Amino acid sequence: MHFPILTSIVALPLVGALVLLFVPGDEEESAPVARKVALTVSLLVFAETLLLWSRFNPASGDFQFVERYAWIPAFGIDYFVGVDGISLLLLVLTGFLTPLALLSSWGSVHKKTRAFSIFVLLLESAMMGVFVSLDLFLFYVFWDAMLVPMYFLIGIWGYERRIYAAVKFILYTMTASVLMLLAILGMAALYASGHGGQYSFDLLKLYAINVDSHLQFWFFLAFAVAFAVKVPLFPFHTWLPDAHVEAPTAGSVILAGVMLKMGTYGLVRFAFPLFPLAAAFFAPYIATLAVIGIIYGALVAMVQPDMKKLVAYSSVSHLGFVVLGICAMNTQGVQGAVYQMLNHGVSTGGLFLIVGMLSDRRHTRVIAEFGGLKKVMPRLVAAFLIVTLSSIGLPGLNGFVGEFLILLGAFRWDPRMAAFAATGVILSAAYMLWMFQRVNYGPVDNEKNAGLADLGAREWAVIVPIIAIAVAMGVVPNLFLRPIEPSVDRMLNQVSRGAPSRVTAQAAPAAEPTTGARR
Amino acid sequence: MMSSFNAIVPMACVTAAGLAAMVAEAFRDPGERMPIAGLGIVGLVGAAIASWLLWDRNAVSFGVVSADNFGLFVTLILVVVGMLSLAISGPTIERERLPRGEYYALMLFGLAGMMLMATATDLLLIFLALEVLSLAVYVLTGIRRDSARSTEAALKYFLLGALASAFFLYGIAFTYGITGSTRLDRIGGLMAAQSISPTPMQLLALGLVLVGFAFKVSAVPFHMWTPDAYEGAPPAVTAFMSTGVKAAAFAAFTRVFLSAFEPLRGSWSDVVWVVAAATMILGTVVGVAQTNVKRMLAYSSIAHGGYLLVALVSASDVAKQSVLFYLLTYAITNIGAFGVIAVLDNADQPNDQIRDYAGLWYQHPALATLMTIFLLSLGGFPPLAGFVAKWYVFTAAISAGYTRLAIIGVLTSVVSVFFYLRIIVMMYMTSNEAQARFPPVPRAAGMALIVSAILLFYLGILPTRVIDWAARSVSTIL
Repeated sequence: MHFPILTSIVALPLVGALVLLFVPGDEEESAPVARKVALTVSLLVFAETLLLWSRFNPASGDFQFVERYAWIPAFGIDYFVGVDGISLLLLVLTGFLTPLALLSSWGSVHKKTRAFSIFVLLLESAMMGVFVSLDLFLFYVFWDAMLVPMYFLIGIWGYERRIYAAVKFILYTMTASVLMLLAILGMAALYASGHGGQYSFDLLKLYAINVDSHLQFWFFLAFAVAFAVKVPLFPFHTWLPDAHVEAPTAGSVILAGVMLKMGTYGLVRFAFPLFPLAAAFFAPYIATLAVIGIIYGALVAMVQPDMKKLVAYSSVSHLGFVVLGICAMNTQGVQGAVYQMLNHGVSTGGLFLIVGMLSDRRHTRVIAEFGGLKKVMPRLVAAFLIVTLSSIGLPGLNGFVGEFLILLGAFRWDPRMAAFAATGVILSAAYMLWMFQRVNYGPVDNEKNAGLADLGAREWAVIVPIIAIAVAMGVVPNLFLRPIEPSVDRMLNQVSRGAPSRVTAQAAPAAEPTTGARR
Repeated sequence: MMSSFNAIVPMACVTAAGLAAMVAEAFRDPGERMPIAGLGIVGLVGAAIASWLLWDRNAVSFGVVSADNFGLFVTLILVVVGMLSLAISGPTIERERLPRGEYYALMLFGLAGMMLMATATDLLLIFLALEVLSLAVYVLTGIRRDSARSTEAALKYFLLGALASAFFLYGIAFTYGITGSTRLDRIGGLMAAQSISPTPMQLLALGLVLVGFAFKVSAVPFHMWTPDAYEGAPPAVTAFMSTGVKAAAFAAFTRVFLSAFEPLRGSWSDVVWVVAAATMILGTVVGVAQTNVKRMLAYSSIAHGGYLLVALVSASDVAKQSVLFYLLTYAITNIGAFGVIAVLDNADQPNDQIRDYAGLWYQHPALATLMTIFLLSLGGFPPLAGFVAKWYVFTAAISAGYTRLAIIGVLTSVVSVFFYLRIIVMMYMTSNEAQARFPPVPRAAGMALIVSAILLFYLGILPTRVIDWAARSVSTIL
């Protein structure tokens, strides 16, 4: 019996939040304590995710560090967690971004700091839970629970139209999720019908059952729409610009850095392998939407007057690449997609952090309000440049590797898709550099910008890790790709094994022995 | 034979406590404070212990009261309802200067009626129990005699309730006419034996009984009294009747329709399907338009009745379990939410408009947090009990093949989230100019609310034990 590291990764932020509940005093007294406690806890969680990575066996594509306890035995619901190469680095990413988000909020959150820290930690716990769950019920619990803290983060600490954005965010994502819940129940009922009435929500067992092709379509649609809203895939993206723009910096960082990946992660982990037949049928349509999203997101980003909104639409575009890579369903494509999820987390997280720093100084994010910042804040602008280039996908930085792999995978699948998607790369360079130019070059024609302070010590601490990771991921991609590959291969096997022969509605006999071994 | 009284011991405890409360009130000097609520708590603890001892015994009294596990589970739900309601009644009684003894006595008599209704296995006895609990609740609704709104609510509730009782009684009469019995088990057997396709007489009897129940569980289109009665009654009474009456009525509804009228299920399941869908849709959609928190929660409770009807339509063992789990969860959650309203209720100002909640978090963080927990549980967010309850119902529906009903259910639950969020938006995201309008929270009420919130987390995270109890309850039903 080894140390239950996954449970502790999920539980530690929760414990931190509980501790914070009992921090006494008014805002004045409790704020510094709350900040330090939350930061310490999130750093510990990050350390744990690194420990996890170091102990992870990259040669195996199986789930590791598995923990399993009966939870609601009457319905075959287990507390069942584990990581493979696909979720491992997403956990590390979550652990990495949360302390940065917390640290960035020190300069911008000045009311109810204690509650703010509690919500961030609760959110971290739920996000970790989503990535480690291997039981669909458990997964859904974390998936839905995640919405609540995010709702409060946007609604309480956001900007002017925060209430509208928060409500839209929660209703939009929930509407899509509840249909997925029904599909999950449908899967469990299907399992029960083939196993003497014993339900199961165990992902591995559900992988093994053959779903009737007609049902697959409906189930896949329910799952895919829930994930597509989260990604967000065009045309389900309309909640995103509102939520991003109105959220406080920490919220945007977590939203863009981690939460959007839940959608693509869900496609890779659940929708595609569970319903391979339907996935094969729908993949071209989804990929088309993804390509539309790539181009549409880029074009809309180009005309945004608000930096945050620009970055938000750039997310629509970048996540389109990820979805395209998944739809390609070959090693390069999916590997690139997983890699690009990490990249996007780092570079878009970095962009939101930088925009947050500018917004802390000027209380505006409108591009036209800025100009010539290079002369005023050379260090901040240098960091801004590196993050911008990493987002564009400059070779040598992280973005390049992911996009290259995805385009390679997409080309092998359908060259037309790759060709259209490639224009997105060019467009992203256009809108990002144009924005960068307007904000940082030229004369300082607004005197409010003249006296702005350059990076402070805390901001250094926020931005240096981002840049370091961006460079590392660009220079030694193999370090990160190595654990991903076996798991991606296993997942592709799962999909292709099921795809051609999955037309009969019988439960696979292969699942039988594992049922007997249940506690 | 003392043993033939076993099954009625729980309700006897509660009745005795009610009588003691009346006697205490009679001997109380004006102005003297007596722990009358404490008497009620003692009686309820007695009922809980008695139920505990009767568990798995299947005791039957007089052939018509059956303390099977199903009935005992509902009795325990009612004990929880009773304890929480007594605990949150303090502020309302103080503020409105209500007659303490009568108030508690009525509540306890109402509870005894509810317990009887949950355990009765004879249609006439069910009717009797229904009347016992209804009379108590009618009076409690109108207990603020000087308030026009309260009186109007009581009158409306009474008139429509009497009409529904008449329907119910008429249905019993027809049932007796067809089968020659009012015992559920015999009716079931005779209904099944008589014919393959139901006769018009059977359908008439079925329909009339259905209307009677539909009224009591405020199912559409017999829900009209609900918003008025819930709004007009003092909040603590609303908490009590929105949960207790619903639990008792649903227990009897389930028992009658899944035993005596089970052979006619082909005839009623489509009707109840439509009623369930209409109840969920109307409850949530109209709830969105409300500006008064009590009315909003009234519509929310209509919608929750709809989810319970989904379980009734599904009719499997899982469905029956889910009814029990849902009733327990709903009882705790709704009493919690109305409890917060009761605590905020102020002599000068009822504080029951949504805008009155503006900035509550900044003034009363604990109360706002509790309200948030209750609302999120009503909305069905994990890891709260409301999520498990809804999941349970929808599992039953999906497994029984009622996919469309389940889709309506989950989509309306998203709509309901919208109006629960409106209160949360007010509490957290809107600032409030006026200061210190809210009274301090009495200790008993505060404790009850905290216990409710803890129970919701417990049932949401570790529901296994209660699910097992529910599973053992439905195996004994008739």
